[in-house]
Amino acid sequence: MGVVKLELKGISKAFGSFYANQDIDLVVESGQIHCLLGENGAGKSTLMNVLYGLYEPTAGQILVDGKAVAFRGPGDAMAAGIGMVHQHFMLVPVFTVAENVALGAEPTTLGGVLSLEETRTKIRKISDQYGFDVDPDALVEDLPVGVQQRVEIIKALVRQAKVLILDEPTAVLTPQETDELLDIMRQLKAGGTSIVFISHKLREVKAVSDVITVIRRGKVVGDAPPTASPTELASMMVGRPVSLTLDKATAQPKETTFVVKDLTVRAANGTNVVDGISFEIAQGEILAVAGVQGNGQTELTEAILGVQEHVAGSVTLDGKELLGLPVKEVLRSGVGFVPEDRTHDGLVGPFSVAENLVLDLYDQAPFARGVSMSPARVAENAAAKVKEFDIRTPSPGSAAGTLSGGNQQKVVMARELSRPLRLFIASQPTRGVDVGSIEFLHRRIVAERDAGTPVMIVSTELDEVVELADRIAVLYKGKLVGIVPAGTPRDTLGLMMAGVGPEGGSDDN
Amino acid sequence: MTTKDPIPQAGSERESSAEVQAADVALDTAGGTLEPSLVPVSTQSGDTGHAEGSLLRRIVMGNGFVSVLAVVVALVLGGILIASTDANVTKTAGYFFARPSDFLGALWSAMTRSYVALFQGSVFNPRQGFSPLLETMTVATPLICAGLGVALAFRAGLFNIGAQGQIIMSATLGAYAGFTWHLPLVVHLLVVIVMGVIGGAIWGGIVGILKARTGAHEVIVTIMLNYVALFLLDFLLNTAAFRRPGDNSPISPRLDDTAVYPQLIPGSRLHLGFLVAVALTVGVWWLLNRSTIGFEFRAVGANPAAARTAGVNVQRATVLVMAMAGALAGFGGIAQMAGTEKVLTDGVAAQIGFDSITVALLGRSTPWGTFFAGLLFGAFRAGAVQMQIQTGTPIDIVLVVQSLIVLFIAAPPLIRSIFGLNPARKKRAKTAAKAAVATGGAK
Repeated sequence: MGVVKLELKGISKAFGSFYANQDIDLVVESGQIHCLLGENGAGKSTLMNVLYGLYEPTAGQILVDGKAVAFRGPGDAMAAGIGMVHQHFMLVPVFTVAENVALGAEPTTLGGVLSLEETRTKIRKISDQYGFDVDPDALVEDLPVGVQQRVEIIKALVRQAKVLILDEPTAVLTPQETDELLDIMRQLKAGGTSIVFISHKLREVKAVSDVITVIRRGKVVGDAPPTASPTELASMMVGRPVSLTLDKATAQPKETTFVVKDLTVRAANGTNVVDGISFEIAQGEILAVAGVQGNGQTELTEAILGVQEHVAGSVTLDGKELLGLPVKEVLRSGVGFVPEDRTHDGLVGPFSVAENLVLDLYDQAPFARGVSMSPARVAENAAAKVKEFDIRTPSPGSAAGTLSGGNQQKVVMARELSRPLRLFIASQPTRGVDVGSIEFLHRRIVAERDAGTPVMIVSTELDEVVELADRIAVLYKGKLVGIVPAGTPRDTLGLMMAGVGPEGGSDDN
Repeated sequence: MTTKDPIPQAGSERESSAEVQAADVALDTAGGTLEPSLVPVSTQSGDTGHAEGSLLRRIVMGNGFVSVLAVVVALVLGGILIASTDANVTKTAGYFFARPSDFLGALWSAMTRSYVALFQGSVFNPRQGFSPLLETMTVATPLICAGLGVALAFRAGLFNIGAQGQIIMSATLGAYAGFTWHLPLVVHLLVVIVMGVIGGAIWGGIVGILKARTGAHEVIVTIMLNYVALFLLDFLLNTAAFRRPGDNSPISPRLDDTAVYPQLIPGSRLHLGFLVAVALTVGVWWLLNRSTIGFEFRAVGANPAAARTAGVNVQRATVLVMAMAGALAGFGGIAQMAGTEKVLTDGVAAQIGFDSITVALLGRSTPWGTFFAGLLFGAFRAGAVQMQIQTGTPIDIVLVVQSLIVLFIAAPPLIRSIFGLNPARKKRAKTAAKAAVATGGAK
């Protein structure tokens, strides 16, 4: 395999007057794992899209082995030996692995008949070489997410990528799958492939990188060795000292007011996506629900809120049954709800920040009298919340959809925490939120707990679960694998997330 | 890159999405393929910056500037069309290369003569002063009312094609009350209005109920109900209850004098209905921008999932907004029937219901935008007659101009590229198109 040295010189990329990248220099030596570390919105993905030919740089040069190149599209980038695995996979679910790999450069026999045999052979060869364990004839939609990701990697390798860009590859993986991916990355490196690894998760970055380049607000802040401490790295990312550990007092659980019993949610296809789950949360306690994405967390929280159909069991808050109530009634009972997907369920994008801050309070005093709303009160509330939660917005009248992810999340959190609560449920409270804001949001959640509210956090980020939880519940395929105390080792939690019970012994699922 | 989540997740089933929403997402994704987000943040961590901006939404709620440009371009193209039918233009085109100035002069004079006539027939001319403007306002009244109904439904995310049927139902009920019952002054007109508005509200409300209960698509249902209303009217006009005594043609008796909108200015057809339309415009503005109901409507229209999560009863909002849209169209039906025509015929709704969709589109679904778009269309209609008399330009040219306006509004990128408003976007679209090819279009 040939080696490729990749250089970016003075790359700038402007969107209108906004510079997503400004004067970025980056050298990726051959056979290295080079990490790009930065908060969301720092410009990592933009930079990689420039490198992959999806964006034309406003200024600057890309050099491959010392020669300047101009990519007019991903095709050019691939021809130069650069491959990319996007955060959201670019696979056709109903195609087989081989079909997906061949797509875009389909080998044909004479007369234009598709011939996949060659592709299959290549896939088997790569799969064996790196221990990928991928069947070329499996349908992509049947594969677990981790394996789909390997298909993406194979796609790049079949096209003889010498430099592989991995954009936030671990966001969708379990801890075990993440470890496997890191191993794969080391093997690829040993095989001579350079890797550009984009992440904001310090642990992974430190584990696998040779060089770390930190980007903040579109500019390179500096390089750091993998031996740098997480606190140093985080401070470089954010631009100010950050405390990574949350100082929280031990929980003082009081009365148990929130009880879920035998909760079951049946999906349209007849399977139980939430299967007989029972737990309780006391006032002044945080229960964190861990699990890999798509194991019933969404349905669990939505069932409590009342937007799921076909729900059985019982959910009581302060002795009152919530199941069967309209959403409005559930919210009026004092439930604060932060949905996992803020753009889909949490915000109305075209609405102003001010309007979003009253999205579930709009018809209550002081924001409305009868059916008449008071824009003045809505604006007052917005001004106060923007200040209190440090929401970075051009003005409270700006459309919420134009804010960065972190600030959108602050809008949702500010709204849900701005009234007296009897229960607080937050799904992925810090997804896509920068390190600085995570710290802030976590402190608000703990403050809510200390004010005596039962808190339920659902997160697929193990770090977050460990950070916040007083007790940890693990979901797997809609079932509760177990509830364990906060100090449980990560390995145990990782196994539980794969369906293995806390005392060992595999779940029959 | 803006693909929301191409990975099918085990067991994650979003039941909430009605098929419309699914279609919206599909449209978005298609749009996203050709247009990488302008907001770089949204390319990361699954933040889809414009997840809620469906194609329909972008068309009905786009930039007001595009509306103005669309009208300008449509008028220019319409002018060229007018010129092409002009004898003088055809003649001078024959010797274009010998004396091009003749041709260009003829072209210019044909265009200007027609549009001057249009203006004189709709706003002001030396002989009649401003009385053509009064006619414009008269013709605009039902368009404004029905347009408000269409716009209101748009804002709640519903594509109400049913103004035509709602107008017919309201005119039918209102007319019945107008010529059958004989009530005192004021009371009679109020009864006629209430009957008409109820008729429209029921005809719209049915759509809302079907949509909320069964998920039936409002476009299909409203189109079908238009036919039902039209043929119901045809049928009724041939029954004894509705037919004018001693007349075989499908025309109702004249409404009682107590049952019609009073004339506002002597010598014109302008009636009280116009002031009602102004009041409705103010009312809809208040409803949308200052009331909790309007807040719900707009939230449901912009992001039904978030509205539901925030406790809004989406189904109730759907029924309510369709009933209100029908009621507004009902005001339009009453304005036409009890204000302008004063009888009920099978042509009572003419094209008003369909024109009102264009009016709402052109007005960007805002109340005042709709109001002025209604006036513009009223001017087209009122002036077209004068244009035909003065210059022989066929009245249908106005229809062509109207259709062109819709075309250009529905294709904002077309307008923008005609005026060179976004050169940067074209370049990116090209690169992205290549990206799609290179990745096998698997994005």
